[in-house]
Amino acid sequence: MTFLDSFLIRAALAGVGVALAAAPLGCLIVWRRMAYFGDATAHASILGVALALALNTSVFGGALVVALLMAATVSTLSGRGYAMDTLLGVMAHSALAIGLVAVSFLQGVRIDLMAYLFGDILAVGRVDLVVIWGGVAVVLGLLWWRWSAILTATLSPDLAYAAGIDPKREQLALTVALALVVAVAIKVVGVLLIAALLLIPAAAARPFAATPERMALIAAGIGAGSALAGLQLSYLFDTPTGPTIVCVAAAVFLMASIVTMGRRG
Amino acid sequence: MSLIETRGLGVRFGGHTVLSHVDFAIDRGEIVTIVGPNGSGKSTLLRAIIGAVSPTSGQVIAAPGLKVGYVPQKLHIDPTLPLTVERFLNLPRRVSRDAARDALRHAGLDARLSHQMADLSGGQFQRVLLARALLTNPDLLILDEATQGLDQPGSAAFYRQIETVRQDIGCAVLMVSHELHVVMAASDRVICLNGHICCEGAPEHVAQAEEYRALFGSGTGGALALYRHDHDHGHDHDHHHHHDHHGAAE
Repeated sequence: MTFLDSFLIRAALAGVGVALAAAPLGCLIVWRRMAYFGDATAHASILGVALALALNTSVFGGALVVALLMAATVSTLSGRGYAMDTLLGVMAHSALAIGLVAVSFLQGVRIDLMAYLFGDILAVGRVDLVVIWGGVAVVLGLLWWRWSAILTATLSPDLAYAAGIDPKREQLALTVALALVVAVAIKVVGVLLIAALLLIPAAAARPFAATPERMALIAAGIGAGSALAGLQLSYLFDTPTGPTIVCVAAAVFLMASIVTMGRRG
Repeated sequence: MSLIETRGLGVRFGGHTVLSHVDFAIDRGEIVTIVGPNGSGKSTLLRAIIGAVSPTSGQVIAAPGLKVGYVPQKLHIDPTLPLTVERFLNLPRRVSRDAARDALRHAGLDARLSHQMADLSGGQFQRVLLARALLTNPDLLILDEATQGLDQPGSAAFYRQIETVRQDIGCAVLMVSHELHVVMAASDRVICLNGHICCEGAPEHVAQAEEYRALFGSGTGGALALYRHDHDHGHDHDHHHHHDHHGAAE
């Protein structure tokens, strides 16, 4: 018997991994006001899940490809005079609906849709762990490498251009990171709650941070803590794990907001 | 050779011509001010020079190894983004704490590095932007309406600081402004822009040029009075004048 034999340990490692990658990315999404963009990409990935099941390939791969396509499409269309929120809403929910319909056509396999919509962290296997941590390592590496450039482009595209940075290239890096996080987080929290894992820890960390980097670190701590506490609580009360993790993060956000308000008042 | 020049530069946005046939050059150590009414393509010219806008026609040629410091028109920092002065000065490239303090001193600011950018006053904020631009040790400092939102004494002080910076560092300065009276006094050369270059030359020369008066001059004395006396600033950019002039010039 080894350390990884326990499904709880595997679940904890998966949750912490996703939380670590989601934290810096979530901060960037908050700063750039791209919350809806993250949501749209996550929702679209259910179509990738359906396609992967139909073609009998890896769910991770299918979700990654569709998330990338969705994010790339949105990036391309942005800044061309479309009303972004409307467009995102149309695309995200269309992709979600098409994915759900596509899943219903799949014969032979009874698919537990709930597992993809809300995650199935307790069913994380050793191979899943390798995929998740591999994805997490790539995301963190990519963000570490591009961090200063992305941050400059986030402040002002013109400031970036003047420093020889192409904001469009940095946007592409972000897009790839987002698709990767979506693909690895499906197993953990499901497509409907991925955006929560990106946004809530970042928002909760804001009042306690003086620099962008510290905000990302605190968000990572809150995210990882929420994953562990959520896992524990869902085990104790027999509640669905993914939503429980998000509930814990939401509670932290609420407390952070109250503390901040108290400080100001 | 010039630090940077444009040859026959033209920029079009979706069928709308913003700039056409702009031949512009700036030399080492020169202070050049671009003036022009709203929508005359001033900011677009600067953005083409820093590479944020690609020319539809013509070209932008920079001297090899040219270092540009850019001070944007305004910088909105999202309230969710915590940012100290020190962290901002380290974007995108890390600098030493001494270099950061030095740059702040050159920009005429005595602020603590640990201050949040959001807590600075308008004037302090612009000086931090200036300090950041100076950190690259630029050959050319580009300012896009850098005093927007400052009151008149504030922008006058800011432009005096720019002159000091030029003396200290010896960089060329290219700026865009609508505050003619303050800016023109400090300039070696003024370019009057309205989709194309209407006229250019020494401030006194431009202030008396017919093209310039057609764009800015209103009432008695017109632009020359603006240049000599701070208080006489006519704000109305008369659109009829502008069109008349445009017709006459083509």
